[in-house]
Amino acid sequence: MAELSSEGEPLIRLRGISRLYGSGEAEVRALDGIDLDIQKGEFVAIMGPSGSGKSTAMNVIGCLDVPTAGEYHFHGVEVANLNADQRALLRRHYLGFIFQGYNLLPRTSALHNVELPLIYKGLGRAQRHAAAIEALEKVGLAHRAHHDPSELSGGQQQRVAIARALAGNPEVILADEPTGNLDTRLSVEIMEVLKGLNENEGLTIVMVTHEADMAAFANRLIWMVDGRIESDGPTRKAA
Amino acid sequence: MLLETIRLAIQAIFRNALRSFLTVLGIVIGVGAVIAMVTIGQGSTEQVTADVEKLGSNMLMIMPGQDAMEGGPSGTVDQMFTIRMNDMIEEQLGMVDVSAPLSTARARAVFGNENRRTDIVGTDNRYFTAARWEIARGRQFDRSELQSGKPVCVIGESVRKELFGTSDPVGEVIRIKTLSCEIVGLLRSKGASTFGSDQDDFVIMPIRTFQRRIAGNTDVSLMIVSVREGVSTERAKKEIEAAMRDIRRIGRGEDDDFTVMDMKQIATMLSGITGVLTGLLSAVAAVSLLVGGIGIMNIMLVSVTERTREIGIRLAIGAQTRQVLMQFLIEAIILSLFGGLIGIVVGLGIGLAGANMLSIPFNPDPGIILMAFGFSAAVGVIFGFFPARRAARLNPIDALRHE
Ligand SMILES: Nc1ncnc2c1ncn2[C@@H]1O[C@H](COP(=O)(O)OP(=O)(O)OP(=O)(O)O)[C@@H](O)[C@H]1O
Ligand SMILES: [Mg+2]
Repeated sequence: MAELSSEGEPLIRLRGISRLYGSGEAEVRALDGIDLDIQKGEFVAIMGPSGSGKSTAMNVIGCLDVPTAGEYHFHGVEVANLNADQRALLRRHYLGFIFQGYNLLPRTSALHNVELPLIYKGLGRAQRHAAAIEALEKVGLAHRAHHDPSELSGGQQQRVAIARALAGNPEVILADEPTGNLDTRLSVEIMEVLKGLNENEGLTIVMVTHEADMAAFANRLIWMVDGRIESDGPTRKAA
Repeated sequence: MLLETIRLAIQAIFRNALRSFLTVLGIVIGVGAVIAMVTIGQGSTEQVTADVEKLGSNMLMIMPGQDAMEGGPSGTVDQMFTIRMNDMIEEQLGMVDVSAPLSTARARAVFGNENRRTDIVGTDNRYFTAARWEIARGRQFDRSELQSGKPVCVIGESVRKELFGTSDPVGEVIRIKTLSCEIVGLLRSKGASTFGSDQDDFVIMPIRTFQRRIAGNTDVSLMIVSVREGVSTERAKKEIEAAMRDIRRIGRGEDDDFTVMDMKQIATMLSGITGVLTGLLSAVAAVSLLVGGIGIMNIMLVSVTERTREIGIRLAIGAQTRQVLMQFLIEAIILSLFGGLIGIVVGLGIGLAGANMLSIPFNPDPGIILMAFGFSAAVGVIFGFFPARRAARLNPIDALRHE
């Protein structure tokens, strides 16, 4: 895929984005005219009550879902003009996902799960292996490379998922409640990994969370209510 | 990329070993059953044809009763034949080479400590000519034995094997019911016939001996007629029918009380039976195919949630729809091919074993093999691939959320 230009544009730029589910009486406005710019290198936390549209916003940003209305420019490219295959290429080369439920392939080793995006990137075996091991090292799980997800703790599984998101060498990591299933100690571990990636590797991170403690790791906090952005500003650093 | 996709498919097969195994099993059952059943069915049909040809096309049978072919209750006890009637047929009709009178019963043949239930046939030397039996050892009956109904017999190979093992039976005396009977000859084996019925399993004695000592009457229940070379069976049949009506004094307008069958009819009847058999076996095979297909369908449907999530994951990390589909298609093809090949081997194996057991020819039909294989492959691909196609067309997020 050709390099995308980003002259003077933010990395992510949403204008009037709406996402409607259902129709008629049952119509739900999951997103209701969102305007949002995210610059390269930011660490953004999205918070808000349940059902306020956080996940929907993440899915739109991650090109896993298409908005009903509005403009979405990624790297200056209008995503609405891309077909499913082109959106897949965008995900492959620029985006990495971390889900609340890990979403690892069952009965498949950690190493193989991490290698998966690299297969679709067309990397050779040796390269793939090296990159996957490197990603697992970053999350401190190289010694568990040959374990299946069922043999790993929740925190370890989530770290494998982070390694998978990293392995593809993306520009943006999208994490929807990455610590939602983990206790505080493991959550902090995960957040430290993400924080390190943001600070040391310049990765742009967008994260949904329900916990203020976790949001505090970000630099910017967006508060959503009823499909709209209610507030948007820097996080107050804990004393 | 194709190589990589094949590798992905193989990984998926091993990752889901149980599912893969059950899918292959379903295909093996379907393909194996069809090939085994059809091979056995067709073998039986071929055997019937071969048997009939061995008997000779110039042979006819005369049986008491009407429409003996159709079977079923005729309502009345059929009027049997006599030896005289048989001799009249042979003498009156120039085209008849020989006509042999037969009368049969089931009884136990005993020698020392050995015994065997077998067919007892009362007839005379003409039967050996008409039914093409050769004497392997000893001799046929002589004139005096036939005329005065002496207690002598000629035995089939199976009876010899059972009662005498390795020793020579000629000259020995066996007991049948109350009759002690000296063996004067042994028939050359003809082997098993269609359906594995053993043609060598019988004891022949002079018909007068049979009538007096075994049956206690003077009936003849069957005549086997051999016509001369070059005489058409249609003509032979017509002449025999006319002669029989005359001999039996059947008036104009009255129905025959006998049936003349030529070998073609017998062949048709037997092929009819094997046809039914083939049909039955095919029905069993079709059910197996269906069961195999439903099995595969079930496995695929049960795993559809997991597979849909897998597709969601692959799409989310950047796989394109067609790459995912190609993987699933290759997976389905590998399983189908593998199952199909094992199914062919298993089916042919069972077919061969069955053919040996029933002593019928083993000539598998490549058309049927292809058909069964094609059907199962189609089932595998349809049920493996189409659910995947539906999933791969979803928004990645919907596939991920699938429950
Ligand atoms: N596939 C769907 N079909 C119909 N409605 C949906 C669908 N997905 C989400 N919604 C609705 O859209 C609204 C926003 O949902 P979303 O999942 O984005 O909320 P959220 O902020 O992530 O909530 P939570 O904190 O509970 O995860 C909700 O009212 C939800 O019911
Ligand atoms: Mg959510």
